[in-house]
Amino acid sequence: MFDLGILFPSLLNGLTTGAVYALIALGLTLIYGVLHIINFAHGAALMMALYAVYFLKERWGIDPYLALPLVVPGMFVLGYGMQRIVINRASHGKDENILLVTLGLSIVMENLALLFFKSDTRSIDTAYTLTTIPINIGFAQAMISLPKLVAFGGALVTSAVLILIVGRTDLGRAIRAVAKEKHGAKLMGIDVDHVYAMSFGIGLACLGAAACFLLPAYYVNPQVGNGFVLVAFTIVVLGGMGSFLGALLGGLLIGVVESLGGLYLGESLGQIGIFLIFIAVLLFRPQGMFGAKA
Amino acid sequence: MSTRRQFVANSAAAASALAFPLVAGAQPKAIKIGVLHPVTGALAYSGQQCREGALMAIEDINKSGGIKSLGGAKIEALLGDAQSTPQAGTAEIEKMNEAGVSAVVGAFASAICLATTQAAAKYNLPHVVDVGVADQIVERGLKNTFRFGPGYRKCAEVAVANLHVLNTAAGKPAKTVMIIHEESLFGTGTANLLARELPGYGYEVKEVIKHANPTRDFNNIVLRMKAVNPDIVIPANYYNEYALLVRTMQQQKITPKAIYSVLGGAASSYKFVKEFPEAANGIIDCNHWFNPKDKRAADLKKRVEAKGLFFSYEVFMTYTSMRLLADAIDRAKSTDRAAIIDALEKSSFADHIMPYGTTKFVNGQNMGAQPLMTQVSKGDIKVIIPRDYRETDPVFPLKS
Repeated sequence: MFDLGILFPSLLNGLTTGAVYALIALGLTLIYGVLHIINFAHGAALMMALYAVYFLKERWGIDPYLALPLVVPGMFVLGYGMQRIVINRASHGKDENILLVTLGLSIVMENLALLFFKSDTRSIDTAYTLTTIPINIGFAQAMISLPKLVAFGGALVTSAVLILIVGRTDLGRAIRAVAKEKHGAKLMGIDVDHVYAMSFGIGLACLGAAACFLLPAYYVNPQVGNGFVLVAFTIVVLGGMGSFLGALLGGLLIGVVESLGGLYLGESLGQIGIFLIFIAVLLFRPQGMFGAKA
Repeated sequence: MSTRRQFVANSAAAASALAFPLVAGAQPKAIKIGVLHPVTGALAYSGQQCREGALMAIEDINKSGGIKSLGGAKIEALLGDAQSTPQAGTAEIEKMNEAGVSAVVGAFASAICLATTQAAAKYNLPHVVDVGVADQIVERGLKNTFRFGPGYRKCAEVAVANLHVLNTAAGKPAKTVMIIHEESLFGTGTANLLARELPGYGYEVKEVIKHANPTRDFNNIVLRMKAVNPDIVIPANYYNEYALLVRTMQQQKITPKAIYSVLGGAASSYKFVKEFPEAANGIIDCNHWFNPKDKRAADLKKRVEAKGLFFSYEVFMTYTSMRLLADAIDRAKSTDRAAIIDALEKSSFADHIMPYGTTKFVNGQNMGAQPLMTQVSKGDIKVIIPRDYRETDPVFPLKS
């Protein structure tokens, strides 16, 4: 049962899958932490990013990893625009409105995708899609797929960049100020609407990165985002709302739990672990692993 | 220039022509048929493929003169979206009934068909099931329900019997089996049937693994496969998961003696073969398939491909189901629901592209319906069993 020859690869697999979850959750936690928006359009935005990566590869032959400098800024602009033009105007400053606006946006985006891209499941084939890297730790060996290893590295780098942006830059200080005390920040001359839109933009930019790392080993269709969004919410709660380190570690932990759960409880029951953790966190540590007490 | 009086007179004539087309000697009234599929949600791809098949059939029927016994009446499709849930499917049936459809063709997924046939039964509304392989659909004594294709019991039996034939001919190299299936009615039901049938032929079912839709990652399942090391892997799931599973197996370099699917979502899909020729090569599938000897099937395939679509089983299953229904309406010489049900019960529809022979319904199931065994070979899908339809010799076990 606890054969290391299987346990070790499963563990690594969980960590690498979790890294992609973490990337998706990073954007979500930033948007929640600053704007207190529960962004239901997160999954739909991920889907859009995946389509962007797909078409860049299919139409112009741009490799998904080389598409990063295109997709990440593209998603940033989309996020910035969406917050400024749609969400901010339609919400009239009420959180419950924002909830509905993002939900509506997700429905619109999904159905537009269905209209223009059809329900076809699409995937890309790259030279490295099926490449595996053997990893030895003496008594056990695992074959990890190259795209997953790259995604793992990408998630670490992205969270480091986010932590730097929020911790060390003027924009980061403004973001933290707005998150803590919106009116105070406004009085200090911070353009709150701009900061909101920047945060939303950065949140979606994370999805752009996630899409570039995800597509070589996955697929895209108009519903693809739904599968990730629930997991991403769990990770945000687990890690602590607005905590990047929490989202990263939470993502990795969820990945491992899902992987080991799948291995020992069966693939369909394996997901149960994720939601048990979700409930346990809400019961015993509602602020999450790294969240500040409200 | 027309005067006001002329205008009024003309309008009245136009209005009466609209209201009483038969009196005016125009076209006979169009026959409304509900075309109900999950065209949004998780099953959207399959649902849209089905819808395409239905619409092409209607186009063909109308082009060749409509329903002859009703004075060439045209068929008019009333499209419905089951949104990939049984509840939405039921709601659409209510709407279609209100709109006065004569019959319904649909609704692809077993779980949705179970709900829609039952809802339609309340109104004695004929319902032709196009795919829906769960046998419960036709075993509840619903008079309005007719399934043209085979159910999963038939498919599982054919698959197991043929596996045994192939294995015996090859000197019995395969002894152990691992089944991987999706969690809904279709996958679970198929897996249960297989797990029950296989030991009778001397195969050991090492493991049966169920997975969710969607499953984001198949590495764990493949790891278990590595540990169990089965001779034969049997997947029964929908397209996305099937493709992901087989690709992961390829990545982890797992090569069983055969990948032998039963109603495999991608195993006999031209899309899969085109996109992943290497992963698909050699895969055997027991699935809905057209008669490869029928030239009309090849023509239909060309037309579907000219639209930029793949000729998947959804397309030809729903295409033929619609033709079956049109044939029954023609026999009934009426758009009355009871008359159509009666005509379907007595149907001897034989002019179709499926390998089913003459249609004969017993309790709503077409007795001649059978799956064919196909194998992916050199980037194409070829029929290997039964011999009457064989296009190429089977390769078993796979040498890789």
